Amino acid sequence: MSSETIMTVPHVNQKKPSSLFNILRKMWDLKLGMMGGVIIVGMLICAVGAHLIAPFDPYEQDIMERLLPPSFLEGGSAKHLLGTDSVGRDTLSRIIYGTRISLIVGISAVLIQVVIGVFLGLFAGYYGGKTDSAISFMVNVMMGFPFILLAMSLVAVIGPSLQNIIFALGITGWPVFTRVTRVETIKLKECEFVLCAKTLAFSTMRILLKHILPNILPSILVLGTVEIARAIIRESLLSFLGLGIQPPTPSWGMMLAEGRDYMLSEWWLAALPGFAIFLSALGINLLGDAIRDIVDPHMRKS
Amino acid sequence: MKAYIIRRLFQAIAVCLAISMISFFLLFLNSDPALLLLPPEAEIEDIEIFKKSMGLDRPVLIQYLSFLKKVLLHGDFGNSFVSKIPALDLVIERIPATLKLSLLAVLLANALAIPMGMISAVKRYTLADNLITFLALVGQAMPLYWFGIMLIIIFGVFLGWLPISGSDSFVHMIMPSITLGAWLLPVNMRLVRSGMLDVLNQDYIRTARAKGLFEKTVMIKHAFKNAMIPMVTVTGMQLSLLLGGAVVTETVFAWPGLGRLAVESIRMGDYPVVQAIVVFFALCVVIGNLLADILTAFIDPRIRLE
Repeated sequence: MSSETIMTVPHVNQKKPSSLFNILRKMWDLKLGMMGGVIIVGMLICAVGAHLIAPFDPYEQDIMERLLPPSFLEGGSAKHLLGTDSVGRDTLSRIIYGTRISLIVGISAVLIQVVIGVFLGLFAGYYGGKTDSAISFMVNVMMGFPFILLAMSLVAVIGPSLQNIIFALGITGWPVFTRVTRVETIKLKECEFVLCAKTLAFSTMRILLKHILPNILPSILVLGTVEIARAIIRESLLSFLGLGIQPPTPSWGMMLAEGRDYMLSEWWLAALPGFAIFLSALGINLLGDAIRDIVDPHMRKS
Repeated sequence: MKAYIIRRLFQAIAVCLAISMISFFLLFLNSDPALLLLPPEAEIEDIEIFKKSMGLDRPVLIQYLSFLKKVLLHGDFGNSFVSKIPALDLVIERIPATLKLSLLAVLLANALAIPMGMISAVKRYTLADNLITFLALVGQAMPLYWFGIMLIIIFGVFLGWLPISGSDSFVHMIMPSITLGAWLLPVNMRLVRSGMLDVLNQDYIRTARAKGLFEKTVMIKHAFKNAMIPMVTVTGMQLSLLLGGAVVTETVFAWPGLGRLAVESIRMGDYPVVQAIVVFFALCVVIGNLLADILTAFIDPRIRLE
């Protein structure tokens, strides 16, 4: 017991980078990162080339072939690999097209979050004092809302559409970025290179954007990746609750909601789109972990 | 200590006020709340009469102040548009169901998260640690409602072991609380793990080992107790995560709690109820955070002195 425990004290381990343990661990990490990368590349291919890959038109209904099970189940046909839904649309094609929606929403929403969050975080951290209090207060208020209630009410009021979903997710999700940026800015603003830039009478904007921001970017990148996964899950959740993407647009969350009505007999209708959401979120998270290990070894897995 | 508590108390009140303001002004985002509140086929004259009777023709700020006054003095959020019952009563009626579900979920999640996080930290970089962290990663990618639906499909439909909806007995609580617990598990586990790792690096752990204490004693008495301090703060902050998760879980399992009421009310445009729920949730979160902060300050003198 005790010899093992000594092995596990972190700094002992870090001094022996060539131990078998670490090599094995790196391979494991790399493998997971690779897996994430493969999933993401697959998603990107599906999103960009949906019209080339998808075997059917995602909107084309065929009432004669409705509720077909996937081909790997009894009664399934090779024509519709993942079966068809209640109006005979091809599930595989809808899932492939759904990738597009998910990625568009995920990436755009996170971009909005980053712009608002990082900007506020830089100001709060750099100026401190009243500015900091005011911005931190805003963050606290946003954190006090259960996200889902705020996003749902927002969408209910402004109306569900692709743009509005992106807006709602962007406008509710920025506080995490503010928090991270603020803490890092506070650390950085006392560094020599910032003090030096100040002495040279550089404008505040220049210091913030050219000297501080580039040093925060790695953290933002890592957080941003993970937040894309979160935004995808949240979009699907809003759509699932009927307050997201509207039919007949193929969105994974909405497919899941439609499939829920057939849960007792045609279970795959709910299971498959959910698996797509899960797989893409997992891929993004794995990749995010790998990026974190590459850009910042200090933050490693803690 | 007193000054610290008072300062935090004022902050908490300010946050609550701001949230009530947002939940109120949300209605005005779409230019005219009367159009949201009335059926789409309402005549223009009817809209005018409705506005007058509801006081919607007054300046927005005045309307907010009168809303706030009613809420603060009488707990009056207005009547539900759907059931005509005071919105607050509807909310209060649903609290026990959500509370039961949440408590069980938190218990389940922590019963697994604490040992898993500790094993993962103490046996860092071993197979067990890698498996546990991987599991956490998988758990975080799992959409909560999909997990719930999969549970229903497997245990409710295929195996037929558990009822798929309803809330009459303890059996009905099993799947919803597992779903909600699984939502909290990865987060809590990661927190325990990183908390333990921080503590294990401290000098007092080395001292404890050096004086020849059993490893078990070191882990439980010296490491675990200290690792729990950040957990208290985080548990307070998790209330918002928990309530958000409850909204989804209750919808999936048709659990008659606040979350489902929230979703139904938002869908039907029953704004008084929505506002009452938002303010209630915000109060829970803010009070939770406040208590956690105060508790942490009590346990950890370093925070008090800052």
